[in-house]
Amino acid sequence: MAFAYFPHTEDDIRAMLERIGVSSLEDLYSDVPEDVIYRDQYDLPDAMSEHEVRKYFDDIAAQNRQMLCLCGLGAYDHYSPAVISHIISRSEFLTAYTPYQPEVSQGTLRYIFEYQSMIAELTGMDCTNASMYDGATAAAEAVMMAMASTKKKKRVLISETLLPQVMNVVRTYARYNGIELGFVPSHEGVTSYGALLTELAAGDVAGVLVPGINRYGIIEDLTGFADAVHAQKGLLIVYSDPSSLAVIKTPREWGADIACGDAQTLGVPMCFGGPYIGFLACMKDHVRKLPGRIVGATHDVDGKRAYVLTLQAREQHIRREKATSNICSNQSLMALYVTVYMSLMGPHGLRQVNELSYGGAHYLHDRLMDTGLFKEAFDKPFLKEFTLKSLVPVKALQEALAAAGIFGAVEVEDGLVNFCVTEKVSKEDIDKVINVVKEVKA
Amino acid sequence: MAKTVDGLYYSESHEWVKVEGNVALVGITDFAQHSMGDLSYVDMPEVDDQLEAGEEFGAVESVKAASDLYSPVSGTVIEINEELEDSPELLNQDAYANWIMKVDMSNPAELESLMDASAYDAMCQGN
Amino acid sequence: MKYYDKLIFDLSKDGKQGYSLPSSKWSASVGELPSGLCRTVAPELPQVSELDVVRHYTNLSQMNFGVDTGFYPLGSCTMKYNPKINEEIAAHRAFASLHPLQPASSVQGVLKIYRELSRALSAITGMAEFTLDPFAGAHGELTGLMIIRQYHVSRGDLKRTRIIVPDSAHGTNPASAAVCGLEVVQVKSNASGLVDVEDLKPLLDDTVAGIMMTNPNTLGLFEKDIRNIASLVHECGGLLYYDGANMNPLMGVVRPGDMGFDVLHLNLHKTFSTPHGGGGPGAGPVGVAAHLVSHLPVPKVMEAEDGTFYIADGACRCPSAPEGAGVFGKECGCMPDCVCGCQSCGQISGFMGNFGVLLRAYTYILMLGRQNIRMVGPLSVLGANYIKESLKDSFRLPVPGVCKHEFVFDGLMDQSTEVTTLDIAKRLLDYGFHAPTIYFPLLFHQSIMIEPTETESKETLDGFIEIMKHIAAEAATDPETLKTAPHTTPVRRLDEITAARQPVLQYKDMCI
Repeated sequence: MAFAYFPHTEDDIRAMLERIGVSSLEDLYSDVPEDVIYRDQYDLPDAMSEHEVRKYFDDIAAQNRQMLCLCGLGAYDHYSPAVISHIISRSEFLTAYTPYQPEVSQGTLRYIFEYQSMIAELTGMDCTNASMYDGATAAAEAVMMAMASTKKKKRVLISETLLPQVMNVVRTYARYNGIELGFVPSHEGVTSYGALLTELAAGDVAGVLVPGINRYGIIEDLTGFADAVHAQKGLLIVYSDPSSLAVIKTPREWGADIACGDAQTLGVPMCFGGPYIGFLACMKDHVRKLPGRIVGATHDVDGKRAYVLTLQAREQHIRREKATSNICSNQSLMALYVTVYMSLMGPHGLRQVNELSYGGAHYLHDRLMDTGLFKEAFDKPFLKEFTLKSLVPVKALQEALAAAGIFGAVEVEDGLVNFCVTEKVSKEDIDKVINVVKEVKA
Repeated sequence: MAKTVDGLYYSESHEWVKVEGNVALVGITDFAQHSMGDLSYVDMPEVDDQLEAGEEFGAVESVKAASDLYSPVSGTVIEINEELEDSPELLNQDAYANWIMKVDMSNPAELESLMDASAYDAMCQGN
Repeated sequence: MKYYDKLIFDLSKDGKQGYSLPSSKWSASVGELPSGLCRTVAPELPQVSELDVVRHYTNLSQMNFGVDTGFYPLGSCTMKYNPKINEEIAAHRAFASLHPLQPASSVQGVLKIYRELSRALSAITGMAEFTLDPFAGAHGELTGLMIIRQYHVSRGDLKRTRIIVPDSAHGTNPASAAVCGLEVVQVKSNASGLVDVEDLKPLLDDTVAGIMMTNPNTLGLFEKDIRNIASLVHECGGLLYYDGANMNPLMGVVRPGDMGFDVLHLNLHKTFSTPHGGGGPGAGPVGVAAHLVSHLPVPKVMEAEDGTFYIADGACRCPSAPEGAGVFGKECGCMPDCVCGCQSCGQISGFMGNFGVLLRAYTYILMLGRQNIRMVGPLSVLGANYIKESLKDSFRLPVPGVCKHEFVFDGLMDQSTEVTTLDIAKRLLDYGFHAPTIYFPLLFHQSIMIEPTETESKETLDGFIEIMKHIAAEAATDPETLKTAPHTTPVRRLDEITAARQPVLQYKDMCI
């Protein structure tokens, strides 16, 4: 029986072998030593029909629990409008490669240019790439970029209020790349400005990475940070949730040189952690050190407006061992998610998403406090996620919620639990949560 | 065929040096600009940078290539050619009329190890 | 394809919105936040209706070439057909709605897929264990090199900081090595286009961490000395890294583990049929031999004795470990073969890789099954050799003989015309084919690298061969048409120099 993905008939194979001048498919491997050819049976299942595959995954899907999501911490349950999945399924986008031949890739190039423009609007920065895998790796690239931009410095400072996974990934990259990391401790739930100044005093710092909204959900006040970092010729890197930037102060307004973060919040489903898209944006002065693919506007020989991958001399395939990043992805399809999402939402829609999330999160926060089972951990301004100190055992709290189909109260640190509310959560949902919580025994 | 100018010193990595007192004007040769094609960007050092002979001090970029620049002499960068920031094509138009940086030499004796125009010509033709 | 000139911003009109949200019934409002924490001016995002959005992006899509629109012979990119069932499974809402931090008990199905896919990849490649965390091929390379460094460090062998990379390697190899803090040493190719073993020998000493190999290499040639190279590198204490970018011709025929490789990455978006999506997202799982399992990144999915699955996060769980010790690489006194994660090279992704891409690849493997997987490699090699033999009189073939999944021409056979590889590539676009990879590998001046894949029919290949011959003839009779090609695409050759000299990188820059 013919297999659907192989279009060759037996006659085709014979005719092709004849043209090549060999007698069998096996002869095409005559240059491969016999002792590395694998002749055993592959330890794989028998081939399935599409129907069987569907059933197989339906069964596996049923072994997961769909829960009401009240967790943030780097992945957010925002709504992804139906238009997005329709657009991203178009074969012309889905089955294209990186746009190396611009004459037949204007679709991809155009939406990446739009993506760059929209991220620039949200962050206030001048230039963006579309090449980062996720927020954590974008932060690691930002740190390496700061090192490359400030040639003679050896150290990068990162705030201990960053999301744990962002800190972990930055630590891993720094360790192998040879970057010395310093850690700025938190003070009352936010990055300690005093500790930062102490760390900066040595004058050897290439960059400082701090969150706009931190691991506790607190919106950090970064007043004075940029001046302090710039005074010793380092770069300020701000890690942000781009959805929140429709309302909260932008990296540009804080005086950042580089902005990074995860754009999952802009229409990308949670999908157990990926695929997402990180963003990495910078001010013009640093664009030559920005890794990844960048699209620029130009024109063709007939004067038509057209778009092309530009500033390619920065990239790994040209610099090889002199490259400061090995990125060759163009996280293109995920950039399309984000671009279509922002087009649909517009400035008012994105503000409204924040408005609804803020309102719901504060309602949940206040009702939880009313139960008497929680204490404020820090009592600082937050947007859609917050941290409380649980007065009941965290495990009991989580289990009671889980039993009711609710995922929340993830423990950030000893006794401190995270809650997050997006525009998808209703008042009825929250009232149900409160009823469950009230039953947890101290 | 690529041009050379008499009276300049030349390095194997295709930089030229023009000496004015203790100051070395450094640029790239006509051969270098020609093999790179249309230049789109010149990455320059900063004033006060200390350079050793043979040390990388910047790069030239075209649309699909990049080539590092190596200082032929040791010393301190005292000036960079800011015109090249906006107009890298000047190097394509006349590589010898447009220096990239001026270096206050710390060891002018290093000039002796560089080539003159005819030796450099011969090296390029051998390539 | 038709030209359409708008940006979404051009369609914007104040007051429109493409998605309807309810007005807020909550009593709290963003307006309560201290003004010092709020942005001062709203972002200028487009304001358009839902139909505006749908039409705009549909129009954009029609200026794009994809595997579904035509033959895409891009060398080293393995542009095979992307089966539609993969997409359907990946879009399953039951997977799309899962938060990555959900308790393991609520995502047993997902974790089972991680384990099953890992096992399938082990079976296909002959490696002991996989991590599915890396997001892309380059990310897999970086992860693999971190594992190699961690291996040497865990043995107290600290001076191994050099990595050998062949001159024919993809540019990403040396770039990944540099990012991983390794010094790159190049080994030359010999006249047959293979790694020169005599050039390799003197490089092997106690500073070598390993060698990165692509096999078949970027010329599409099988490195037939691989077993010899493996023993030389192993004898000097180094490890062998396999760049899986060119795994497709070996799938179902040769397992990298059997060639002596210690670490490899696979490009699921190449060999395992997940769509390229315009350059991403992909996935770059890394497989290791048994002696490296403890150095895989965290988090990783583990199977408990009772058959349930859990996630190891890198914290040391060994009974003897002091509290808080052993978070990847920290001292906890464990043996190097400890598998709980404390000997890991670290965390390299925010969560656990591109799950959506993993689902597609696993769907493909289940469709292939143990039977059809045998034919993937041979049919891809058949197509490449068929094109090569059919065109070798019109184009220069620098290395004759049987190739694997791809091969390289060095420009036209007739060198008397001014026609370059770029011109040939652009002319192909006029005839409805995507261009091959051009000017790579760097070993030749006019490289044209062609890879057809096993999913292209003889009819498609015959059509391509005919057009390539026609273009070779045009080069002699009508070079001007080639030099000014393409002529029929939505836009023609672009001014790339102005784009690089005066970068216009966002909409606002255009308006100035």
